[in-house]
Amino acid sequence: MAPAVLIENLRKSYGAVVAVKDVSLRVETGEIFGLLGPNGAGKTTTLRCLCTLSEPDAGRIEVSGISVTERPKQARQKLGYVAQEVAIDKVLTGRELLQLQAALYHLPRAFAKERIEQVIQLLGLQDYADQKSGTYSGGLKKRLDLAAGLLHQPDLLVLDEPTVGLDIESRFVVWEFLRRLRSQGTTVLLTSHYLEEIDMLADRVAIIDQGQVIASGTPTELKDKVGGDRITLRIREFAPLAEAEKAQSLLEALPVVQEVIINSAQGNSLNLVVTPQSDALATVQQALQAAGLPTFGIAQSRPSLDDVYLAATGRTLLDAELAAANSRDEKKERKQNMR
Amino acid sequence: MTLMHFLILQDAYLYFSRTMSTTLSPTSTELKPAAIAPNPLGEFLQETTALTRRLFIQLQRRPSTLAAGIIQPLMWLILFGALFQNAPAGLFGSEVSYGKFIGAGIIVFTAFGGALNAGLPVMFDREFGFLNRLLVAPLSSRYSIVAASAIFIATLSLIQTAAIVVVSALLGAGLPDPLGLGVLTLVVLLLVLGVTALSLGLAFSLPGHIELIAVIFVTNLPLLFASTALVPLSFMPVWLRWVASLNPLSYAIEPIRYIYLHQQWGLGSVVMQAPFGSVTMGQALAVLLVFTVVALLLIQPRLRRSLA
Repeated sequence: MAPAVLIENLRKSYGAVVAVKDVSLRVETGEIFGLLGPNGAGKTTTLRCLCTLSEPDAGRIEVSGISVTERPKQARQKLGYVAQEVAIDKVLTGRELLQLQAALYHLPRAFAKERIEQVIQLLGLQDYADQKSGTYSGGLKKRLDLAAGLLHQPDLLVLDEPTVGLDIESRFVVWEFLRRLRSQGTTVLLTSHYLEEIDMLADRVAIIDQGQVIASGTPTELKDKVGGDRITLRIREFAPLAEAEKAQSLLEALPVVQEVIINSAQGNSLNLVVTPQSDALATVQQALQAAGLPTFGIAQSRPSLDDVYLAATGRTLLDAELAAANSRDEKKERKQNMR
Repeated sequence: MTLMHFLILQDAYLYFSRTMSTTLSPTSTELKPAAIAPNPLGEFLQETTALTRRLFIQLQRRPSTLAAGIIQPLMWLILFGALFQNAPAGLFGSEVSYGKFIGAGIIVFTAFGGALNAGLPVMFDREFGFLNRLLVAPLSSRYSIVAASAIFIATLSLIQTAAIVVVSALLGAGLPDPLGLGVLTLVVLLLVLGVTALSLGLAFSLPGHIELIAVIFVTNLPLLFASTALVPLSFMPVWLRWVASLNPLSYAIEPIRYIYLHQQWGLGSVVMQAPFGSVTMGQALAVLLVFTVVALLLIQPRLRRSLA
């Protein structure tokens, strides 16, 4: 059976700016697939090409075996797209938007009526469906947008940063909802720059950076591949650099320790990579005690997706976010997304 | 306004059927539409109706546009008529009062202005990302977006035209016979369809609404002054006479004016003495038809590229 989504060697530039350099991925039917990466990595452009909103410069994209460039109409029938920017008409009520959506997907009248009631229930919009959507809160608008994306029961739901700008409660609602969709057999492809979101939701993930996929697999696979457990150590709440360096050279000599990095942004705390499933925590504590150094706090953890990103790119996702935020031209990007 | 009626009825139907429907359990997702063989025309009508309905709902909830759209041409009519009231009869080359002369110009200019603005809502949909919602949907033809705008603008134009015709009659310009009103309607519809198409073409080509408004600004009044809306060809210097007789607006104005000023008219009546020869009513209508068809064809590649 054809995979729900197949993207091979996708490339897309806007003028001189290469938004997507080379992206290949495969989403199996019935899974939640996460596309993780910092802002500006090419996630949205990839989705826009998939959803027939942008024409790829090169590469192949198929939805359930249907080429989106050769048979766009059939591909559109198969997918529901929920853009990052909530696209609703604030003058229409929620129900009127759904009625419009139903007609755009040519749902028969009786079926549309029932289905609209269904998605209104599904997303808990009963009390708001007949109010103008301009009066909705951010979370409600997103729910209406989700309802619209789902109305025609697409095989594949594509969501671009579905929880950006939402309060914690609305985020949980969206997560819960996506899980329920998966349990009913819908394939979900979402982008996010929130590590925990992808980690909690996605069956499989592709990490994308500067227009390229740099790692893909299940979150567990990716983390295992990075190898090593993490120990975060604070000698004092704010340790002097000299003392931190002393601890660094001391700990680097230990056989269970693979790497020690001083994090000056966190009061010169020490980030250690250690042999997994070892007694590294005790060994480190003993070594510190023997050298007469105090311990303010110490914690051991499995590697996170951020460590995967760090290992592949040499910087943390947060740093990449900050760098991207400084170099982005939001106005220009909005123009690109305008059709 | 049969379309309005239809839409209101549809609303009532939806409301009624909604209150009658039973509630479904949130987990029942077995619902699937009955497999119906694809019917491109039915699909086109469905999407066009829905998109048109959206525009009318917007109008209904923001009625100031409609109010302004009716008041403005009436002000034109009254003020322009008054402005030249004391001009000697015959100054503008015809033996009729200016008030009677100007009606056709105001009708066409109003319809033209309305259609020229047709691209603005589409431009805002582009800017707010709403257009993406339409573009990811499996529309049977993206001309349904054009059709919806044209139906909406045409309905507005006909309401405006009706107001102008009634007020003109009250001001003493008389009322054309039913067939004349039919030709008047046809002329307005042809012009609106062609200009709406061009405006939508611009809405898909220009970078944003600022640019679109700028183009509308520099197009609107110059085309008015370079047409026979305000004065007859015979009143103009020769170069302007050439420009005006190449301006599609003149081909909409002159047939309507002829019907207003003459009891007897037909397709063979000469409605305009252009520098290159006389133009009959039938020829003027043909020119309008060609203008509209060319406008629709002209934007097709642009729409396909923007919307493919």
